[in-house]
Amino acid sequence: MQAEAALGRAGLWFAVMLLAIVAYAQAADTGFAVHAAIVGIVALGLTFAAASRLDPLGQARGFFRMPESETRYDDEPIRWATLATMFWGTAGFLAGLFIAAQLAWPQLNFEPWFNFGRLRPLHTSAVIFAFGGNALIATSYYVVQRTCRARLAFPALARFVFWGYQMFIVLAATGYLFGINQGKEYAEPQWYADWWLTVVWVAYLAVFVGTLLKRREPHIYVANWFYLGFIVTVAMLHVIQNLDMPVSLFGSQAYPLFGGVQGALVQWWYAHNAVGFFLTAGFLAMMYYFVPKQAERPIYSYRLSIIHFWSLIFLYIWAGPHHLHYTALPDWAQTLGMVFSVMLWMPSWGGMINGLMTLNGAWDKVRTDPIIRMMVMALAFYGMSTFEGPMLSIKFFNSLSHYTDWTIGHVHSGALGWNGMITFACVYFLVPRLWKRERMYSLRMINWHFWLATLGIVFYAASMWVAGITQGLMWREYGADGYLVNSFVDSVAAIRPMYLMRAFGGLLYLAGFVIMLWNVARTLAGAVRSEAPMTETPHDRAADRPLPPLAVPAE
Amino acid sequence: MTTPDVEMTVKGHARLERNVTLLGVATLIVVAIGGLVEIAPLFWIDNTIEKVSGMRPYTPLEQAGRDIYVREGCHSCHSQMIRPFRDEVERYGHYSLAAESMYDHPFQWGSKRTGPDLARVGGRYSDAWHVQHLVDPQSVVPGSIMPRYGFLAEADLMAQADPEADTGDLLARYPKAQARDFDGDPSRVTEMDALVAYLQMLGTLVDVNSAAAQEDLAGEKGR
Repeated sequence: MQAEAALGRAGLWFAVMLLAIVAYAQAADTGFAVHAAIVGIVALGLTFAAASRLDPLGQARGFFRMPESETRYDDEPIRWATLATMFWGTAGFLAGLFIAAQLAWPQLNFEPWFNFGRLRPLHTSAVIFAFGGNALIATSYYVVQRTCRARLAFPALARFVFWGYQMFIVLAATGYLFGINQGKEYAEPQWYADWWLTVVWVAYLAVFVGTLLKRREPHIYVANWFYLGFIVTVAMLHVIQNLDMPVSLFGSQAYPLFGGVQGALVQWWYAHNAVGFFLTAGFLAMMYYFVPKQAERPIYSYRLSIIHFWSLIFLYIWAGPHHLHYTALPDWAQTLGMVFSVMLWMPSWGGMINGLMTLNGAWDKVRTDPIIRMMVMALAFYGMSTFEGPMLSIKFFNSLSHYTDWTIGHVHSGALGWNGMITFACVYFLVPRLWKRERMYSLRMINWHFWLATLGIVFYAASMWVAGITQGLMWREYGADGYLVNSFVDSVAAIRPMYLMRAFGGLLYLAGFVIMLWNVARTLAGAVRSEAPMTETPHDRAADRPLPPLAVPAE
Repeated sequence: MTTPDVEMTVKGHARLERNVTLLGVATLIVVAIGGLVEIAPLFWIDNTIEKVSGMRPYTPLEQAGRDIYVREGCHSCHSQMIRPFRDEVERYGHYSLAAESMYDHPFQWGSKRTGPDLARVGGRYSDAWHVQHLVDPQSVVPGSIMPRYGFLAEADLMAQADPEADTGDLLARYPKAQARDFDGDPSRVTEMDALVAYLQMLGTLVDVNSAAAQEDLAGEKGR
């Protein structure tokens, strides 16, 4: 029986390999040929592994010291997704630092594969979809099982979601280097990678909803609403944004269905809600589970979470046109987008308040628990960037900030501050539990990570504010003679110091992440660093004076 | 799961919280509304794209150049959307009209100006300037941080028609198409030819001053 199954698997992978060979032979362009080769090599490896009954995954499990014992919940795909979060985080942050350096030192562009235009989508996809996406897969699988008191539905499909998603990332990332880019921001992969992601995403929805249906808990916990909202909406956005016509079934080139004005609004409807649902709803789901767990307090307001959920998902969808202020998009759509963007401030802060107020009665943990400290900083940055966003969506501010580095700074205060910090906190929460360790290897290293990351973001955001406002003002500066004062390249030269400072901020953020990598690796190895606990506050007798007696009202 | 009679007593939002299907469908409806209201009308409201004369689809060579522009991610640093501000109009030319990107699949309005806007770059510089600039940007714009694109001159575009061949017919089908050798090497058609042909066409098709007159007309009708 087992031999037959192995043979069947080998046959299946062999067939995939043959298809890949055909695709390679027929390929219309280099990028497509490379992708066919990647798929073929993976299939060949799996054919070999299945036929010779090798178990590379089992060996990898050993290498990463994954606990073998069967547990109440299906944690194996969560461990893999946690490791993938760390791996893609490294790739994405390195790419980010490199392209930041390219803007300061253009000599670092190596044509054609490592030019800025090809590496920029590599950076954005790696951090948003690879680092963030794997964090979402890991935490959603973890949260849905615990809050439903049920094991994952369709275990094989759950693993397919993880590995299929990695395949999508590899195809997307390598494609960018070979110039496969459909020219739409945050949706750069071409048609076949999009189709593949659609298949993976439907499987993800099936696993998630299947687990919800299996629940032994009458009630669906609020974190799961946000995960469900994220999965459903991203499916809708992805499919509509990527409707296109391939030139050839054996080539990477395709032309999108929507073009011009309509294409522009579909693009920013998609891209703004990639922020709204991928980077916000999904990550708010993390907040709704992991902040209460780490603080050991219930969520502040259940009623607020209901209002938060429905108002957030309803309003976010409308905000896309604020990316197109003063463009050829009709004015009514721009105004509508602006009004809804400003309104969006309220549910965003409602969510932040719900998270922060959960710490009521546990605020001392900000001092003693570096993971809580990270979560609080994440929520603070969430609040900061969800104030900045509505502000920049007001046409008056947008006329200055649009097209400048202010936008880049805004995105990064959200991405590094909110998404990055909350992901780090969740990984620090998950790793000891998934690997059955007492705690992280070092809590003090978490503290170092916290401060390096925070300082990095401050450098990043501050330098981009200055750069953006400088650009905006220089571009519109008129002299007394009534002529424009600055040529474009003057503004490029003026912001070079800010580009250097931004790269330095990125370096600090990456340094904090390197400390995290070491900390996680040591925790996997089972080590516990002997260090002075962070909770210890030296007692100073001289400073310890009793409170003055309270005034007693007259009777 | 609880027994059905318990479910009967559950009212209001709590029903959504206990039923995956209801929750999922309600979510999908709520997130669909904004897009439907904002995007769908763009396909049937007449004045979304003003009628202008001069717009035409891209010639094969321009389209090939545009594909290279898209492939290289030029939109990461260059917008193609001039906003109606005095400084932008004086720096880049007449503000962009919706009609000017009606054949753009995908649109390339961009979101960031690390380099200048390119919506009306066509005809501003010579072919030789573009080639030199793409091969070594710093040699013509000291202080530029643009990457080099010299490799374009190496990649032969065998499939492309030679624009020298039948220009009369080409010009009939694609008015204002610029048919010549672009990269300085008439013996072959390279990606450099295509990208420069595309750049030299940008913003040159529409007589924007006549479009402005039409806008006054549109205002009078109270559209």
